[in-house]
Amino acid sequence: MIHNFRKRIDFTALKLAFKTTIPVLFGYLAIGLAFGLLLQNAGYSWTVALLMSAFIYAGAGQYLAVNLFANNAGLLEVATIIFLVNFRHMIYGLSLFDKFNLTKRLKPYMIFSLTDETYALLTSLTEPAQINKPQYYFFIAFLNHCYWIIGSVLGAVAGSFITMDTKGLDFALTALFVVLLLEQYQTCTTKLPFLIGGFCALVPLIVLGKENMLLYAVILAIIALLMLRKRITENECN
Amino acid sequence: MNATNVLLSIIIMALITLLTRAFPFIFFHTNKPPATILYIGKHIPPVVITILVIYCLKDVNLTAAPYGANELIALLTVVLLHRWRRNPFISIFGATILYMFLIQTSPLSYL
Repeated sequence: MIHNFRKRIDFTALKLAFKTTIPVLFGYLAIGLAFGLLLQNAGYSWTVALLMSAFIYAGAGQYLAVNLFANNAGLLEVATIIFLVNFRHMIYGLSLFDKFNLTKRLKPYMIFSLTDETYALLTSLTEPAQINKPQYYFFIAFLNHCYWIIGSVLGAVAGSFITMDTKGLDFALTALFVVLLLEQYQTCTTKLPFLIGGFCALVPLIVLGKENMLLYAVILAIIALLMLRKRITENECN
Repeated sequence: MNATNVLLSIIIMALITLLTRAFPFIFFHTNKPPATILYIGKHIPPVVITILVIYCLKDVNLTAAPYGANELIALLTVVLLHRWRRNPFISIFGATILYMFLIQTSPLSYL
């Protein structure tokens, strides 16, 4: 049985997925470690970190959860806050119908593991022609999930013993988004989506502050895209 | 929060997060999504990635020294390295190592 399973793994796809996700490895280790340490300081064991990172798998939401635990928040409040902070995920799937259909029985896992970083990678990359696409997509999602679990559990178990200064390592994720942005910038004939993104992120940030910024940004982005539909479809991306 | 409530909270958070991610797939499971939805799906990735870049930088303090100079230098490094070699590793790790050096040793704190 093990032999059979190993034969079905496409190691070329796995290797390429690992290469693609190395920036996420460093970024997730850094913010995962910080999350685990935060949870440990709040008085929870590493099993809570493991459960959260394995089954919730949402960075911003998990950080907020530590505060909710500490403040003894009601379950309705927990539900509302996690919905608001993850609202943006509702539109991520819209860009991935075709890619996820290729993954067949792995599709439920692909949907479960759709974080910001996995979304940004899956919508930006151009995969080599010969690659086993479904496995490549799956391993990107799966490896990212592993990095996040490892980082957060490590932080909860050993966070206080790690003497290496990881401050600033999370910039790897910012840099990854910037690189993906530059790549998309080159393939788009219209630069309008980038202007919309900048506008929709800065307005709520300046007017309303950091809290719920992503929520308002995504709603504004949908409105802006609908209003500028004619101009955008005249100058297609890709 | 006691252990039971923590466990319940984790289950609730896991379910709601999954539901937000599954929403388009549940909603458009049986019928083909309308053209407007497909249009948004096709054109929103660059918009979202731009928003995520700004989100990553939301905690930068522009009102106190060094006025975001560390982040600005690191961002310029990503862009310049990427235009020069177009190798994601060089761009991402070059800029990250420089950024870690900048904020851990604060050479720009006199600004």
